[in-house]
Amino acid sequence: MPAVSKGDGMRGLAVFISDIRNCKSKEAEIKRINKELANIRSKFKGDKALDGYSKKKYVCKLLFIFLLGHDIDFGHMEAVNLLSSNRYTEKQIGYLFISVLVNSNSELIRLINNAIKNDLASRNPTFMGLALHCIANVGSREMAEAFAGEIPKILVAGDTMDSVKQSAALCLLRLYRTSPDLVPMGDWTSRVVHLLNDQHLGVVTAATSLITTLAQKNPEEFKTSVSLAVSRLSRIVTSASTDLQDYTYYFVPAPWLSVKLLRLLQCYPPPDPAVRGRLTECLETILNKAQEPPKSKKVQHSNAKNAVLFEAISLIIHHDSEPNLLVRACNQLGQFLQHRETNLRYLALESMCTLASSEFSHEAVKTHIETVINALKTERDVSVRQRAVDLLYAMCDRSNAQQIVAEMLSYLETADYSIREEIVLKVAILAEKYAVDYTWYVDTILNLIRIAGDYVSEEVWYRVIQIVINRDDVQGYAAKTVFEALQAPACHENLVKVGGYILGEFGNLIAGDPRSSPLIQFNLLHSKFHLCSVPTRALLLSTYIKFVNLFPEVKTTIQDVLRSDSQLKNADVELQQRAVEYLRLSTVASTDILATVLEEMPPFPERESSILAKLKKKKGPSTVTDLEEAKRERSADVNGGPEPAPASAASTPSPSADLLGLGAAPPAPAGPPPSSGGLLVDVFSDSPSAVAPLAPGSEDNFARFVCKNNGVLFENQLLQIGLKSEFRQNLGRMFIFYGNKTSTQFLNFTPTLICSDDLQTNLSLQTKPVDPTVDGGAQVQQVVNIECVSDFTEAPVLNIQFRYGGTFQNVSVKLPITLNKFFQPTEMASQDFFQRWKQLSSPQQEVQNIFKAKHPMDTEVTKAKIIGFGSALLEDVDPNPANFVGAGIIHTRTTQIGCLLRLEPNLQAQVRLLEERASYARAVFWLWCGMGPKWGRLRSSERCVPLCNLRCPADT
Amino acid sequence: MIGGLFIYNHKGEVLISRVYRDDIGRNAVDAFRVNVIHARQQVRSPVTNIARTSFFHVKRSNIWLAAVTKQNVNAAMVFEFLYKMCDVMAAYFGKISEENIKNNFVLIYELLDEILDFGYPQNSETGALKTFITQQGIKSQHQTKEEQSQITSQVTGQIGWRREGIKYRRNELFLDVLESVNLLMSPQGQVLSAHVSGRVVMKSYLSGMPECKFGMNDKIVIEKQGKGTADETSKRRPSAPAHSGKQSIAIDDCTFHQCVRLSKFDSERSISFIPPDGEFELMRYRTTKDIILPFRVIPLVREVGRTKLEVKVVIKSNFKPSLLAQKIEVRIPTPLNTSGVQVICMKGKAKYKASENAIVWKIKRMAGMKESQISAEIELLPTNDKKKWARPPISMNFEVPFAPSGLKVRYLKVFEPKLNYSDHDVIKWVRYIGRSGIYETRC
Repeated sequence: MPAVSKGDGMRGLAVFISDIRNCKSKEAEIKRINKELANIRSKFKGDKALDGYSKKKYVCKLLFIFLLGHDIDFGHMEAVNLLSSNRYTEKQIGYLFISVLVNSNSELIRLINNAIKNDLASRNPTFMGLALHCIANVGSREMAEAFAGEIPKILVAGDTMDSVKQSAALCLLRLYRTSPDLVPMGDWTSRVVHLLNDQHLGVVTAATSLITTLAQKNPEEFKTSVSLAVSRLSRIVTSASTDLQDYTYYFVPAPWLSVKLLRLLQCYPPPDPAVRGRLTECLETILNKAQEPPKSKKVQHSNAKNAVLFEAISLIIHHDSEPNLLVRACNQLGQFLQHRETNLRYLALESMCTLASSEFSHEAVKTHIETVINALKTERDVSVRQRAVDLLYAMCDRSNAQQIVAEMLSYLETADYSIREEIVLKVAILAEKYAVDYTWYVDTILNLIRIAGDYVSEEVWYRVIQIVINRDDVQGYAAKTVFEALQAPACHENLVKVGGYILGEFGNLIAGDPRSSPLIQFNLLHSKFHLCSVPTRALLLSTYIKFVNLFPEVKTTIQDVLRSDSQLKNADVELQQRAVEYLRLSTVASTDILATVLEEMPPFPERESSILAKLKKKKGPSTVTDLEEAKRERSADVNGGPEPAPASAASTPSPSADLLGLGAAPPAPAGPPPSSGGLLVDVFSDSPSAVAPLAPGSEDNFARFVCKNNGVLFENQLLQIGLKSEFRQNLGRMFIFYGNKTSTQFLNFTPTLICSDDLQTNLSLQTKPVDPTVDGGAQVQQVVNIECVSDFTEAPVLNIQFRYGGTFQNVSVKLPITLNKFFQPTEMASQDFFQRWKQLSSPQQEVQNIFKAKHPMDTEVTKAKIIGFGSALLEDVDPNPANFVGAGIIHTRTTQIGCLLRLEPNLQAQVRLLEERASYARAVFWLWCGMGPKWGRLRSSERCVPLCNLRCPADT
Repeated sequence: MIGGLFIYNHKGEVLISRVYRDDIGRNAVDAFRVNVIHARQQVRSPVTNIARTSFFHVKRSNIWLAAVTKQNVNAAMVFEFLYKMCDVMAAYFGKISEENIKNNFVLIYELLDEILDFGYPQNSETGALKTFITQQGIKSQHQTKEEQSQITSQVTGQIGWRREGIKYRRNELFLDVLESVNLLMSPQGQVLSAHVSGRVVMKSYLSGMPECKFGMNDKIVIEKQGKGTADETSKRRPSAPAHSGKQSIAIDDCTFHQCVRLSKFDSERSISFIPPDGEFELMRYRTTKDIILPFRVIPLVREVGRTKLEVKVVIKSNFKPSLLAQKIEVRIPTPLNTSGVQVICMKGKAKYKASENAIVWKIKRMAGMKESQISAEIELLPTNDKKKWARPPISMNFEVPFAPSGLKVRYLKVFEPKLNYSDHDVIKWVRYIGRSGIYETRC
């Protein structure tokens, strides 16, 4: 490449620049620039043509003035003229000016494109390089439109020079990033992959960047790159450091290329065994090299080496299939945990976080717990400490929970303010998740409130109360502990809230002790009353009225307090109302009524932990550091199994995980009206929790659709799925509506219907793919045509995958297509019915079930349900008028199945007998399944006696 | 209350930094430099608010003076102080330049200690200051031990601006009426806005403690006299019309030097005072009515195609033919894409100044009731952005020997009962100078 020689320098330009630099003030500078601009204008205006040199000089000056921050509105034409010069320096300045100054809507764009085209077509590699750089620098849509087709040709042409190939690959990458839709995929893609085999390492490096980006969008097309990348990688890794000459950086062979290749491999799942063996070898070599003593003391050497190593570890974590490698990676990172270099420690902690979520390396990560805790305590850099907290959270399990929680608590006292809230949430979650002993849990949370009360969010103390209420065994202990905690002279308001609530519910459990007699309890709480905010005071008032019920002996004291002016005439309307109502309640109501109204709170229903939801929200949707999330993503494909669950519900099978599912929102018990429990619940609902409750399990919704054709099938924070369906004979059509509830687009939105093999033969479903992007707030519709071929048992599963704000979402729901949808009612007379009933007496043709009803029975409701189920309701058929009788035909393509059913309620025992008979026993059984949950869960029938037995015939 | 005061050079280096209150931290110095002096966009507002701190700045050539405060202060007071500070510094060491400030920094700190106390402005009268802040050249010539001991009582006394016992062989005083006339005129010659801001500057060399009384043709005073004491006015009347056609002027607002007795002005509208020794500014005023516009500019701009512009400007002088205007300069802005200019003018010299994007036409002298003309051809370079030229107004500079507001000094009487000289013995000089302020005509 011709360099700018000394003699070629532009004196005028140098003088101008030094003039500007010598200016004493801004005004002087502006004056000098104005003068120069006028000079250039007059030169450009001049009639006689300028030679290339002066044109270049003036364009350079203009460029300099522009870079100083002044507007330039002329000289573009001269710059474009420079493009057609044959001298390198002039062309270069022209391209420079254009890439800096020309905006896309300029009229000159046609001329510029023409010049670029000429240069691309020339065989001069320098000119081609300049043109490619210009395209990449401008990188606009217009450029992409004009050249996206051309560049791939240059890239894969056999006779292109290496340096041009390199530029072309990077240029194409740039265009692809700005406007991916304009870069055509074609046969060149397969040839690009082969660039990985190129002799020239520069070309390989550039091509790897391009392929990685392309492969992320179209993994299929570039699948072949995996084996090539692996072989290239192994050649680099095994080469002696001197082999690659220019591409060896401080004794590390081609570090940039290695890193890029490893990145590329991270786009794909582990390759097939043959290649995998070679890859494993490579990765092992990289890990081995990390153990070798450094070849140079220079920081660049270790930086390059570690870069490759970390990328290799990311690949190992990504594949998550080689336990041996994972453990080795973990050990390697463990060494870095104590490294002098802060950056290394940070990276090690970060990578370990992801390692901790892999089942193979979880144990290995746990061995470093001491080091991590040490890092938490001694690390100077706050971001590293933050990582240490994350890692501790990720590595926590039942065995080390107590230790980790204790360490985090002790660290919390000195923690930085910026990460305190997050630590608080993490401690709360870990304490809850791995609590074996609930007294420990209560202690921990109370400690938490004591240490960092300001950072304890509402959700945290809600959880304590929910758990204490749901667990009989800790209530006494909790009451005792909060009582002791409240005795501290200064306690945090959150502690007062917890204390008030728990003593109000379970104060009686410790009232026996004279040190915590009712009056002492009351006085203790009331001493905090005046220091608290209004919501807390309201809660305390509720506690007082509960005390009235628990301890009649303090009734008068409490009434006095309620009667005082500061309560009855309080400026806050809520407090005033409570005071008035409670006072009245305590005077008017008898002891019995009080006991009923102020009964202990019922247990809370179990839902997803609101704290977890809060932590997730805090982290933002894009970070997938969370253990569960990472796991779930991996198991997304498996999720289409028989137990479909919404993706956001935790599905860990351990018993303590159930606790996680506890109330996200305040429960609304169907208890006695407004006062007592209801009011205490109001305290909760005063401040609604940050996250909307998850939709109830899809199983519930599924059951609702047994008798219904339209409605909402599934709903969470992001997505709503609605259904509308109609069935006639053995055919049906279902409209599925997907509503995006957020304001962000869903990308790669793909709903798929999954049928088991068995189901596929019996039920044919036809559907069209929907648009892969769903705009925020928009709804898309999908039509499913259904034909029932034969009787079937399972329901198809609708699996929806999409990308929301960078995270991958996966939702599976059962589609309510059940056999009873093809059930058509038939009318028949009593005699007819019993005749048929009797014909169907063989055991395969009969199903009988006794179950306990969940709800009080209502004749009308039951009737409606039987009709909704699909059968005809036959009145005046059964001799016992309380029994319900139905009949219908199931239509399939192959056959029609007659069906009879009877429901015999036993009102006293709330037990019902449901019998069904059909010509196909299987059909009957699944009909039953479809119907069952409507009335209640199946119970063993030991307590119930069949009341009556009826026979029924088949129809066809 | 001013929290601190900084002086910077043009590069933003701090020359003087004096902090009076604790709420101003060291970072304030940098905040002003970064946000104002080195700001990417030129800061035009003299008051800048950065992080709840207000910066008031004035610029003297390349020097920035900035007063800093966190409180809600009277901005006019702060600027008044800053200008006064400039005057004081100029009185001590001449031109305010980086070199002078560096050479006199001890003096400046001493002055700052004296004229601002805990952020409250104090006596900033140069004459008084010079009695007790003495540096190098400034040694009070007649300071005996006795006098030095009296300084404290004098500067803290009732008449802090003048010491006793001043004696001159020749009692003399000079009065300058300095006005600047501001105008914005439409191309058709309609006055869009016009006002005159003027100052009366007095230089007094009077012995003792003279009591002075200043009279001018203030409309209110003239009318009051017309109604009230008829005999006095009858004596004066004949002489008044001889000066000019206009008898009295309406003053919109005015401010006085601290020596003027405001109570007397309020009740009788008479301006009486004991002057400081030496030069001081007696009053400042502003008028907006019946202004005599010394020049009229008639522009004519014609665009010939996209690449040519023809400009013709005529100026007419509008005052008595016997008077001579001086230092006349007409500035005609040119478009930003000017590539060449040809100028023809009948009088004076005209030149295209590329660095200022303007044609500058200079005329040394011009008598009243005359007119002159310039014509220019401007060649333009076609540009690719469609922005139209904004056509900034044509501005003008000049100096005329009369007061465009029409103000006339009627009398300045001096009484010194203790010493034996009377009003007649004092030699009095009066001079009028009218200058252009922002004197613009749209084209």
